Amino acid sequence: MKSVLYSQRLAPYFFILPFLLTLLVFWLVPVGRSVVMSFQEVLYGQSTFIGLDNYERLWRDQVFWTALANSIRYMVLTLLLLVPIPMVLAAIINSRIGSSRIKGFFKASLFVPALTSVVVAGIVFRLMFSETESGLMNQVVAFFGFGPVRWLREDLTGLFALLLLALWRWAGVNTMYFLAGIQAIPNDYYEAASLDGAGKVQQFLHVTLPGLKPTIVYVTTISVYGGLAMFLESFMLYAGNNSPNNQGLTIVGYLYRKGIQENDLGFASAVGVVLLVLVLAINLTQLTATGTFKKESAR
Amino acid sequence: MHFRRTLATALATGLAVSALAACGSSSGGDGESDGEVIEGAEAPEGATPLDMWVFAELHADVYDDMAVKWNEENPDRAIDLNVTVYPYQDMHDKLLLAVNSGQGLPDLADIEVNKFSNFVKGDNPPLVDLTEAAQPYVDDIVQARLDLYSRNGKIYGYPTHVGAFTAFYNTELLEDAGIDYTTITTWDDFAEAGTAYHEATGKAFSVSSTGVFFTEPLAIAQLGGQLFDDDGLGDVAVNSPEVVEAMQMFQDMQETGALATIPGGSPDSEEGYGAINNGDYAAIVYPAWYTSRFVDYMPDLAGKVAIAPAPQIEGSDTLTIGGGGTGTAVPVGSEHEELATDFLAYAKLSLDANVAVWEVLGFDPVNMSVWEDESVTHNPDNKFNEYFQTNLFDVLNSVQGGIGHFESFSNENLPTVDNWFRTVTLNEVYENGTPAQDALDQAQDDLQNELGQ
Repeated sequence: MKSVLYSQRLAPYFFILPFLLTLLVFWLVPVGRSVVMSFQEVLYGQSTFIGLDNYERLWRDQVFWTALANSIRYMVLTLLLLVPIPMVLAAIINSRIGSSRIKGFFKASLFVPALTSVVVAGIVFRLMFSETESGLMNQVVAFFGFGPVRWLREDLTGLFALLLLALWRWAGVNTMYFLAGIQAIPNDYYEAASLDGAGKVQQFLHVTLPGLKPTIVYVTTISVYGGLAMFLESFMLYAGNNSPNNQGLTIVGYLYRKGIQENDLGFASAVGVVLLVLVLAINLTQLTATGTFKKESAR
Repeated sequence: MHFRRTLATALATGLAVSALAACGSSSGGDGESDGEVIEGAEAPEGATPLDMWVFAELHADVYDDMAVKWNEENPDRAIDLNVTVYPYQDMHDKLLLAVNSGQGLPDLADIEVNKFSNFVKGDNPPLVDLTEAAQPYVDDIVQARLDLYSRNGKIYGYPTHVGAFTAFYNTELLEDAGIDYTTITTWDDFAEAGTAYHEATGKAFSVSSTGVFFTEPLAIAQLGGQLFDDDGLGDVAVNSPEVVEAMQMFQDMQETGALATIPGGSPDSEEGYGAINNGDYAAIVYPAWYTSRFVDYMPDLAGKVAIAPAPQIEGSDTLTIGGGGTGTAVPVGSEHEELATDFLAYAKLSLDANVAVWEVLGFDPVNMSVWEDESVTHNPDNKFNEYFQTNLFDVLNSVQGGIGHFESFSNENLPTVDNWFRTVTLNEVYENGTPAQDALDQAQDDLQNELGQ
């Protein structure tokens, strides 16, 4: 007994046991159940195996493809916005430009949106992008001489509102990640670079950027997942799961509609399984390509 | 050293808190959907507690009144009714999860008609059979409304109102444009008046909704059509001739300027109330319960609005149908099923309950004896009677024999079809100008796919 308790070999496993247990109970078991349910027709107290029927329906389902396309489009665009912009912001905050007091205030205020509830933010954005002339965004475009825009009824303007919400909400968090990453880069590198005659821009490109690689990989990974799993933002912005021509419908939105709004839990499970496979495929490819899985020494 | 450890602890705590916060915010905003508990009157000692979920606060007022009356009449079976009001979508989602898992069920719940089919799918629906408890009242109740919440001959929910479609005309605007609403009987008259109004004022006469699929089913029913095969009970059939004809009729009206879309997507939305209150639309064809929206949200129109029968199709026996609705049900597994059922029958079907439905909510009650009681319907102090130029019940009684039941409303796939129209088809027809036939053919194709039919 004593040898087990004092075993050097077992200690690490003991310490990660709580995590493993939660992962198992709250993650692996539900995932397993979903996979099983995706082959069933689930009704109250009775589930029947129907083979691949749910997946077949999914394959022929126009709305699912719309939702998938919407999610992928959103994911790609958020990646394009939420990696470079926060990175540049972090570099500016870390540089010697501007007074530190203003930067401190900026740092704090940048993070505030992440602390607000998406529900509240979504409602505020919905009112801002209201199609009436008195809506905030319509007053802004009217200032530049454009007529009232029916923001949330048109595909691209609706997407714009969604992206703006994402940018507003997540830019601060990503900036913090990048700031931490930048501060972890030893100052010696910059000194050496400046001795070699590198300017600020060159230092950013050749010292900061390579030094930030682990942060970039991390931020990209969570953004891919976050983009594909986006639901609440669209749900709040469109005041529910229904948007004109399903322009705001995402994969998770479709899962929610099918499973919880139309009581077709088997089919919804199939949607969930497809989402899981998709996210895993993208992230594993990306992580392998960036060398995350290689051994420390080999990097 | 000591300082550094404190700092590390603080950082770790911060991280943990923000990680938890992130979990909380991504889990669907549960914190925001906590319902509001309505404190009713004090219940007598030893009363049985009953939990009830509703999605409209006004409904809670009626149930609370009825609980007090029930306790007076049945002191030996007293109840302590706790009504919780949730937002519409949240309540249905929560209830669906509750009946699926069998956990955390209320004893009574309001279920909106478009959601009702979700709860009666399969061979053993999770709702209690209410047929027997309805027997004492059933002769006075509009059968079509009981049918709406019945499956295989069993009643699973009690209706709240008839919701007969009526027309609401802003007489001030119409007089200015030289239009007399009393001459409008058919949809053709309606279209004609609409075109004339549009030519005189440049504004839209009435509304084409993209956010709700409401007025179109009325015309489809009047034309004798359905949204599904087998008289509305079979597979989806949204490109049948009657549906196409109805959609075409509305699309034509849109083209002449008689109809226009409305901010918010339907007259029953906050932006919509604002536009109607503003005088942007002169006529609304909507179920009778829309009276409450006028009184509550459009105070500027008091005394200017007349209620009239909904436009008709010439020669059709169906003059109007019930639109919208709420069926109140008892979920299987409630500890006090029997008491809940008996109370529910009393609170929804009795004469007292139906008088309250009119006086508190302004709805057209399902108990027809109320419709004939002039002391109730023509009470000059009633806020609804004060608001409108004409009496709702005069209008309803004039079409009483022609209230049809639209079977498609009880089809188990209605939620999917309704959803499809509200997100795609109505937008195609009213916003993008896709010909009705094409939009409906497409809808039929896509819906068959989606439903696997």
